[in-house]
Amino acid sequence: MLLCDEVQLLRKLPYFAEMDGCKLKLLAFASERVSYEPGQKLFRQGDSGDSAYVILTGVVETILETPSGPMKIGENGEMSVIGEVSLLCDGERTNTVKAVTHVDALRINKDSFSRVIHDCPDMTLRLTRTLAERLRNATSELDTVKAYKPSATTTVN
Amino acid sequence: MEKKLLRYIWNHTRRQQIWVLLVVLGSMIPYFLSLDLPKHIINGPVQGSGFEEATSKQPFMEFSIDLPWIGRLYSFEGFDLARVQTLVALSCVFLLLVIINNGFKYYINTYKGRLGERLLRRIRFELFDRVLRFPPRRMKSVHGAEVASMIKDEVEPFGGFTGDAFVQPAMLGGQAAVAMIFIMVQNFWLGMIAAAMVAVQVIIIPRMRRRLIELGRQRQITARHLAGKVSEIVDGIGTVHAYDTSNYERADIAHRLGIIFKIRYDLYQWKFLVKFLNNFLAQVTPFLFYLVGGYLALRGTLDVGQLVAVINAYKDLPGPLKELIDWDQARQDVQVKYEQVRDYFEVEDLAHPEIQAIAPGVQSYEGSQLSTVNLMVEDESGAKVLSGASIKFNPGETVALVDHRGRGAEALAETFGRQVWPAGGKVQLGDRSILDLPEAISGRYVSYAPSDSYFFHGSVKDNLLYGLKHAPVETAKYTGPEARERRWEIREARMASNPDFDVRANWVDDRMISTPNHGQSDIKASLLAALDTVKLTEDILEFALHSSFDEEQNPKLAQDVVTMRHALHEEVRRLGRTSLIIPFKPDAYNAEATVGENLLFGKTLQPMHSMGSLFESDDFYKALQRVGLHRAFLDTGLAIANQFVEIFAGLAPDHPFFHQVPFLTAEAVVEYQQILKKLGTRRAYSLEEEEQRSIIRLTLAYIEPRYRLGVLHRELQDKIVENRQLFYGELPAELQASVKRYDPDRYMSFATLRENILFGKIPHRSAEAPAEIRALAAQISRERGFYQQLLRVGLDFDIGAGGRRLTLLQRQKLNLARAIIRRSDYYVFNKALPGLERRLQEEIVTDVLTYLRQQDNNPTILWVLSNISLSRLFERVVMFDNGEIVEDGLYKTLREESDIFGTLVA
Repeated sequence: MLLCDEVQLLRKLPYFAEMDGCKLKLLAFASERVSYEPGQKLFRQGDSGDSAYVILTGVVETILETPSGPMKIGENGEMSVIGEVSLLCDGERTNTVKAVTHVDALRINKDSFSRVIHDCPDMTLRLTRTLAERLRNATSELDTVKAYKPSATTTVN
Repeated sequence: MEKKLLRYIWNHTRRQQIWVLLVVLGSMIPYFLSLDLPKHIINGPVQGSGFEEATSKQPFMEFSIDLPWIGRLYSFEGFDLARVQTLVALSCVFLLLVIINNGFKYYINTYKGRLGERLLRRIRFELFDRVLRFPPRRMKSVHGAEVASMIKDEVEPFGGFTGDAFVQPAMLGGQAAVAMIFIMVQNFWLGMIAAAMVAVQVIIIPRMRRRLIELGRQRQITARHLAGKVSEIVDGIGTVHAYDTSNYERADIAHRLGIIFKIRYDLYQWKFLVKFLNNFLAQVTPFLFYLVGGYLALRGTLDVGQLVAVINAYKDLPGPLKELIDWDQARQDVQVKYEQVRDYFEVEDLAHPEIQAIAPGVQSYEGSQLSTVNLMVEDESGAKVLSGASIKFNPGETVALVDHRGRGAEALAETFGRQVWPAGGKVQLGDRSILDLPEAISGRYVSYAPSDSYFFHGSVKDNLLYGLKHAPVETAKYTGPEARERRWEIREARMASNPDFDVRANWVDDRMISTPNHGQSDIKASLLAALDTVKLTEDILEFALHSSFDEEQNPKLAQDVVTMRHALHEEVRRLGRTSLIIPFKPDAYNAEATVGENLLFGKTLQPMHSMGSLFESDDFYKALQRVGLHRAFLDTGLAIANQFVEIFAGLAPDHPFFHQVPFLTAEAVVEYQQILKKLGTRRAYSLEEEEQRSIIRLTLAYIEPRYRLGVLHRELQDKIVENRQLFYGELPAELQASVKRYDPDRYMSFATLRENILFGKIPHRSAEAPAEIRALAAQISRERGFYQQLLRVGLDFDIGAGGRRLTLLQRQKLNLARAIIRRSDYYVFNKALPGLERRLQEEIVTDVLTYLRQQDNNPTILWVLSNISLSRLFERVVMFDNGEIVEDGLYKTLREESDIFGTLVA
């Protein structure tokens, strides 16, 4: 896959849809093309997060390492963005991401990403909106869990 | 050391001085004969006196030995020679005398030279020896470069002076006295005039020279400080740049140079003033002779012949006198230098030589207990950092020393390592003070590792084994000329009172090595175990893999590297993971390598993108043209330039994206932009030669899977592969030599060991491939025993001056390894792992304890911890607060009973 193809793919992502072509090419160029075999890990829970991944082909699964063992909490396919939160804040990965099939991905490192954001104010807005949406979803999920909690306790008793 | 240099010289070279004086006196005989002989030649055969007849002959070499009272013992009538024969014979004698004179001169000069050099060697060694025996307090105020400049430069003139120290004044004094007496004999009053002038010279000139000597002293000190300052700046260059103080340092040095200039200029002024006066006084004397002597002659009280004789005799006086004054000047000069140097090195509390006497073999000592009695340590400001410490450590204990406030624990450890001397009380090993014991005991029974380590320039291995080099164990074997050379070395060393230990002997004593494998003495095993213990093995392997060596120097290793390469590729094939390495194949394009590498199909000394000699040379581009790739490369390069300009145009030069393309800089982008603009729609060949080359270099450094610009077509790849061989053949021999061609069965000297083993490229895209390959290679190398060889290469890694090529962490680990590799009864670690990550620190401390515990001599381990929580790894804990011992007991007990300790470890 060539750089221009990658640019086309990136453009399809909501994050980058409105980004100017030159900037997008720069971002694609500055990021690394990586591939993973099934079972290989893109990153591990507890690693320090330094890059985000755009899945170009293949499927990955998100796993939460809990004291009682790994727990699968989600699956992502083509054209999904993984681990982008770590681009905005320093911190450890909160989960592990593993390739399920052969995966081709674009690894965007923190420095490149922050330079692009810096050069492209629109992008910040869009990013904020996406994050806000995720926060809203997460909050509502948490509320749902909280709402069910008393009944769950009853069941146990 | 003696107070006066002359005394020092006399004490050490008395016999030689007398000998050389005798030889000089002996040399006078042929010298005067040779002065006398020309008169005989001229008067005899040349002018014909004694040869009045054509047939008259003269005896030649007739002599007789007469003794008073006894009469004639022996007489020789000589040979009767004719005039021409006599001329030839006398001339031959003259030639002989010339040879003898010069022979004497040669002998005397070399003798004096050797005498001086020996004395120089002696004094230099003595000074160095003193440095080794300086007490720690003195050592702190010593400047390395200053000491070096003293030992190297300032004592240098002593050598030159030594040969003349006694011979010169004896000879010149004699000559001057003879001339003086001769004048006196001729005429008393004229003699008095001469004597008065000489007295003025002898009294005034040295007085004036005192100022010269004072200036010389200042010059010496300022020059020494300059050396010290320069070396300080070199050492602290990082700080200078970091704080932008380079101009402050410039000002400082310029100021110092200014002072030195002033002193030197003053020196010149005085020197020539003195010279002027000296010459004037010497020449004013004949003026007085002419005036006074002439007046006396006119008055008739002086005979003209006498006057002429006096004036003639006076000619011989100023020469020796001047030289004598020069000698005195030199004497004072070196005396001043000597005093300066002596003051610096004359220190009280100098360790007694006996303490450092060489002691080969295992030293047995019955005092097994390390203890302190009322120990007090002060810092430089005189504040107490440790007071009233009385403590005992028993064999086999592991003790954590921790500081609550202050640095009492560190100070205690420092006294054990003899880094500081106590201000009161003492440290005892057995029942003797550790400072009175020979270092052969105190330095071997106690291994001390401080936090600030120092390493000597050499290999990792040299530094690791440094602590085992107490005395030569096995003498080096010498044969033939080498043995002769060695005997000479020993003889000369003794002549100058230097020790004659052989630095080339084996100094590493395997009886001194720690034996973690239960008493088995095995340097290699202990070394590897120590490296593992401090977790340095990985770094050593990295050194090895990153290094390269010359095949001719180590053909066996080269062979093994190639074997290892095959084994790795074999294993990759066996596992079906061929996508892990893209090997170099003569008939295939290696997509993960640069275009240039593919074209040359070999390793160059310089990286592909640098403007090395290969890509600078016309021949390279000519060859490219001849194989028909020039055009294609130019077109590809233009395509790359186009895309790069599009992507990078307008980015700031420090933009992080430039890191993505190692061979691209902001200036280069501008250059490409201009080239493209200039080109417009014209054909690529209208570019100038330099521009074409710059574009082609872009192609040469390009890797398609990495940059993904889609400009490298299949056809071009095939064409490169087809023309590889042809292209190489087109290069002239010297360029061919700068390329090492890929050959699966050959070692490549230009490449690192890693590149040699890999012999291919790891795909850029595969994120896990490097780790996977590393694991595979490690496994294979261990199986095949290649691992040991790699370690050996890694251990030969040159760590640079002061270990600067190592990272701070590596230095700390090496420092620890160097201590634990020694077999000792006491190991004292003084915050040996400062600032290390907690987890790693704990692992290393645990491993070191285990390593040392495995020895059969039940050592005691004392560790000053920077991380108090690690004290749980130790049996006993001693806690210091403000330099006093506040807690001392088992870890468990303290944990439960001591409040302070409890809160500190919690």
